[in-house]
Amino acid sequence: MFGRGLKTLSLLTVVLIVGAFALVFFYAPNDADQGFIQKIFYLHVPLAIVALGGFVLGGIHAIRHLRSGDPVHDARSYVSIHASVIFGVAVLVTGAIWAKGSWGKWWVWDEPTLVSFLIVFLLYCTYYPLRYAIEDRDRQARYASVFAITAGAFVPLNFMAVRAAESLVHPRTFGTVEGGMPGDMWLTFLVCFAGIALLWVTLVSFELTAKRTSGQLSRLRRALDDGGHGGGPGVARRIAPSGAGSR
Amino acid sequence: MRRAVAALIRKDLRLELRTRESVPAMVLFSLSTFVLFHFALDEAEVEGSLAAGILWVTLLFAAVLGINRLFVSEREEGGFDGFLLAPVDRTALFVAKATVLFGFLAAVEVFVVAAFAILLLGPSPWPGLPSLVLVLLLADAGLAVIGTLVAALAVQTRARDLLVPLLALPLSVPLVIAGARACEPLLAAGGAGALEARWLGVLGLYDLVFGLLAYAIFDFLLEE
Repeated sequence: MFGRGLKTLSLLTVVLIVGAFALVFFYAPNDADQGFIQKIFYLHVPLAIVALGGFVLGGIHAIRHLRSGDPVHDARSYVSIHASVIFGVAVLVTGAIWAKGSWGKWWVWDEPTLVSFLIVFLLYCTYYPLRYAIEDRDRQARYASVFAITAGAFVPLNFMAVRAAESLVHPRTFGTVEGGMPGDMWLTFLVCFAGIALLWVTLVSFELTAKRTSGQLSRLRRALDDGGHGGGPGVARRIAPSGAGSR
Repeated sequence: MRRAVAALIRKDLRLELRTRESVPAMVLFSLSTFVLFHFALDEAEVEGSLAAGILWVTLLFAAVLGINRLFVSEREEGGFDGFLLAPVDRTALFVAKATVLFGFLAAVEVFVVAAFAILLLGPSPWPGLPSLVLVLLLADAGLAVIGTLVAALAVQTRARDLLVPLLALPLSVPLVIAGARACEPLLAAGGAGALEARWLGVLGLYDLVFGLLAYAIFDFLLEE
């Protein structure tokens, strides 16, 4: 009953990502200015977009959680943010490698997108200490949702502010990223984007399934324990393997 | 609701007048920070972007001190229970606390900006003062809103003192960007430059977005 479709999803992800990497290495042309290092773009940019989308999605799930009070939405919000934070580490690492490759420095402050991503990432890192500093389950879910909504609204606002701080002083010379990209680069980028997005979906589904399963398991354990104490040598003895009823 | 807000504000102001806990501590902290900046940077006088940066970092850290204390009396003396028992709208607490924090920040800035002008600032602060006040008030509104939200989030957790700066600092980055950039020409050496409307726009948008957001979701932090 758990994890139906996960296998297909994982296989699809693997196929798409392998295909995407094949396109990156064998199909897409080398960039005229930057050469081979520009190909990290096919990994870095989709990761960043998916991570930011995941943060915002976590905020949307949090709104649903606050409206309905259903813990399922809180779990979805948590897992979305969790996967996006992991993707965020990858974004910062690939961004630093790209910066080192094309500008010769591991970090540049005049690239507004990278800087705003760092700020957003730092904010979302505090999601964990906040969440786990609250013991009560209900309150934990509620407070985490309030945080997720606030941070979700912060993402676009922060990008705007950082962009305003940099762009007029320092025009974006990196025109190759968005404007004037040839068709074969676009195709590769779109396939990579689909692959990374699917990877995110797969990771989220796996963690949600794991959460649901372990929740179900502890519910069953509790039911067995109650049966063992209340109903005499009834349910517990019959269902549980040796030792489970004595907890 | 207006009466509830007024009562809560009166309560907090009276508490502050009797204990003198937040505002003097924030002012004192800011003064020590200026002294630290003087020695750390080895500068007798600062101007322009350096001056704006020192002023904003100091004010932000002082604000974190105030945010940390904002709900402490509620938590320790059972103020939350008392408030929840009262038949008033829950957002009244948010409005009152944000107003009080705004007032504290404005009061702190009166002393801190004066001290900054005397201790560290090279050029005269007078020509740019009206614009500076405008920028500070707009940023204070944003800080008050986000600070109240963060304080309410953190006060019920185990790691309260740790979480407030962790949450408040990244959230206030847009305020610092806009505030510091807007103040840069005002504190410049060759007389005050013009204030850029762009930064006022960013500050206003921040205040508006987070004001509405916090107003809408603050309720959920109070349910018991």
